[in-house]
Amino acid sequence: MDMQTNKKKLGLKEKYAHMTRGLDWETSYQSMDKVFPQATFEGIKIHDWDKWEDPFRLTMDSYWKYQAEKERKLYAVLDAFAQNNGHLGITDARYINAIKLFLTGISPLEYVAHRGFAAAGRNFPGVGPRVACLMQSLDEVRHAQTQIHALSNYNKHYDGFHDFKHMLERVWYLSVPKSFFDDAFSSGPFEWMIAIGFSFEYVLTNLLFVPFMSGAAYNGDMATVTFGFSAQSDEARHMTLGLECIKFMLEQDPDNLPIVQKWIDKWAWRGIRVLTLVGMMMDYMLPKRVMSWKEAWEIYFEQNGGALFGDLARYGVKVPECITQCTIDKEHISHQAWATFYQYGGAAAFHTWMPTDDEMDWLSAKYPTSFDKYYRARFTYWRDEAAKGNRFYTNTLPMLCQVCQIPMLFTEPDDPGQICYRESDYEGEKYHTCSDGCKKIFDDEPQKYIQAWLPVHQIYQGNCFPEGTDPTVEGFNPLAKVLEWYHLEHGKDNLDFEGSRDQKNFDTWRGLATKNT
Amino acid sequence: MSTVFIAFQTNDDTRPIIESILADNPHAVLDEQPAMVKINAEGHLVINRESIEERIGRHFDLQELQINLITISGHLDEDDDQFSLTWKN
Amino acid sequence: MAVTALKDYQFSPADTQDKFHGGQLLYVGWDDHLMFCAPFAYCLPPTTPFSELCNKILANSFGYHPDWSKVDFSTATWLKSGQPWQPDMSKTIGELGLKHKDVLRLKTPGLTGINGSRS
Repeated sequence: MDMQTNKKKLGLKEKYAHMTRGLDWETSYQSMDKVFPQATFEGIKIHDWDKWEDPFRLTMDSYWKYQAEKERKLYAVLDAFAQNNGHLGITDARYINAIKLFLTGISPLEYVAHRGFAAAGRNFPGVGPRVACLMQSLDEVRHAQTQIHALSNYNKHYDGFHDFKHMLERVWYLSVPKSFFDDAFSSGPFEWMIAIGFSFEYVLTNLLFVPFMSGAAYNGDMATVTFGFSAQSDEARHMTLGLECIKFMLEQDPDNLPIVQKWIDKWAWRGIRVLTLVGMMMDYMLPKRVMSWKEAWEIYFEQNGGALFGDLARYGVKVPECITQCTIDKEHISHQAWATFYQYGGAAAFHTWMPTDDEMDWLSAKYPTSFDKYYRARFTYWRDEAAKGNRFYTNTLPMLCQVCQIPMLFTEPDDPGQICYRESDYEGEKYHTCSDGCKKIFDDEPQKYIQAWLPVHQIYQGNCFPEGTDPTVEGFNPLAKVLEWYHLEHGKDNLDFEGSRDQKNFDTWRGLATKNT
Repeated sequence: MSTVFIAFQTNDDTRPIIESILADNPHAVLDEQPAMVKINAEGHLVINRESIEERIGRHFDLQELQINLITISGHLDEDDDQFSLTWKN
Repeated sequence: MAVTALKDYQFSPADTQDKFHGGQLLYVGWDDHLMFCAPFAYCLPPTTPFSELCNKILANSFGYHPDWSKVDFSTATWLKSGQPWQPDMSKTIGELGLKHKDVLRLKTPGLTGINGSRS
């Protein structure tokens, strides 16, 4: 028998050093500036790329090993879910609408993040961040794929899941997340890292994945919980990358601080506006609730973000200036967003409804200073009217914010009963924004935002009808044509949950699953 | 002092990991939520490879934590023996 | 400030008036009636009489609200870009000097929404 020699393996630190350094070279027949054209134009000064360190010290070989393990676990659950009619185990069919919004509004962004990190990896001259960006880019494409795959099980049975890719570039509310990522992707690699790597991943994704996925578990949706947590296990690494990146920039040169601070202020606000959709999902779309949006905000933004910014203070970084506005908004935005989708439910690719009395009691307990005072009367009125056959659908397009592209539904910081109007004049043209935060972003880079593809204006320009549509014919119905252009089938994908095909099918199938007749 | 935290999926792999974290960090507080376990601790939190190995009876690579990890907060430092999270303020 | 960019960064605005087939954008919100979640956006020819805007177009948008039938345009007041503004009902929006993308707020004192909740 051979003797087993106990060969000493490389330690983690040594292995990381070997596998993330010295992989590059100085170019000869092209200048380094030409090979890395995006490395300097943003004004960020880097003196020593080797100072970059990934605290996880993850190398590509380990990356593949652990990612493969995560995939095996995930697909075991997805198979079980599909084989056992897992879709009938959810609390009630209203829940399905939350994951429709997830598939149409969030999964495509994972794909954009994949492209963005691939580009950032390409554009950074340092090997350490290139390796980290490569891993994150692969993670993001994995997230897009696993989410689409997991939710395809729902597409077999329910409406609204059928054409997320087509919808992303067309549907009015999907322009909100789409334009957010487009804004980040069209900046330079360092701003991208602050926008997505730091502000979105570190400060905000916990709010998306942790309470919402725990909510999916609470509502019996095994498939979503599993892809959610599987994705989130990568997010811990992304958060670390985001934090590392900001520390790296701040330590490299004191001149980087004002640039970084400006980006933090901008992207915290941009991200928070996008998360309005998540707030609404948590407070209104999960039949069984884990925690309110406000509670999640307090844990993951106020406490965790507070710890983070307390720590970054040693570099001179300040808490994003939007914090005062956000503290006011946490009481309101989920209700304001749901009210919006309820009334524009004719043009949404998911169903909407009014909360039951029990649910309204829950909301008023969670939002004691705002729900009863500002929202309950409105919601009760709508519910009573719907019961009388007079369900409210707005018949006119809304005014949108030029920056976040959300309808102008947010209220004044000092008056939750008054819509907040802000406007700017730029080169003879008026531009409207929903808040001081969005106005400041517009005024800082008007050239960028004057190009915004605002769905409402595009509809009025006649750009949102199927090819060959003649809007001048007698009795032309613009809304019907817009829905057709969205690939949204009127009467199936949209309108109230009550009376929907989803509701009927779910009840029938669950009945079949639990009875013998 | 700020709170660091770490959250794992609730499953058989993570039970001994959570046990060893709680044993090694007497100041840590367990927060059980649907499908996940979150451990909060003032200032810092350490995970020791040896403590986990004692409980599972085999070699454990701390990078295996990533499989069931949900989220963390705090500055991370990881080597072969220890995984730690710290806020410096 | 200019956009920090690799090259000269100049683009034309996406929503200039010439792209709206003879119409101009006008936004109108109704204060204290948040049942309508946001101000409405209209694309109207400048020849639209202000009376038609009030009695037909806004009525079509806001008519669902039980307060709408109580609106009295002879006592209602208006803000344009946040400043008091006095329309002449017999004139068109073009004659009144309303420009592309102007925003109006309709104020109807005494009408405070469902159960006084400003909804």
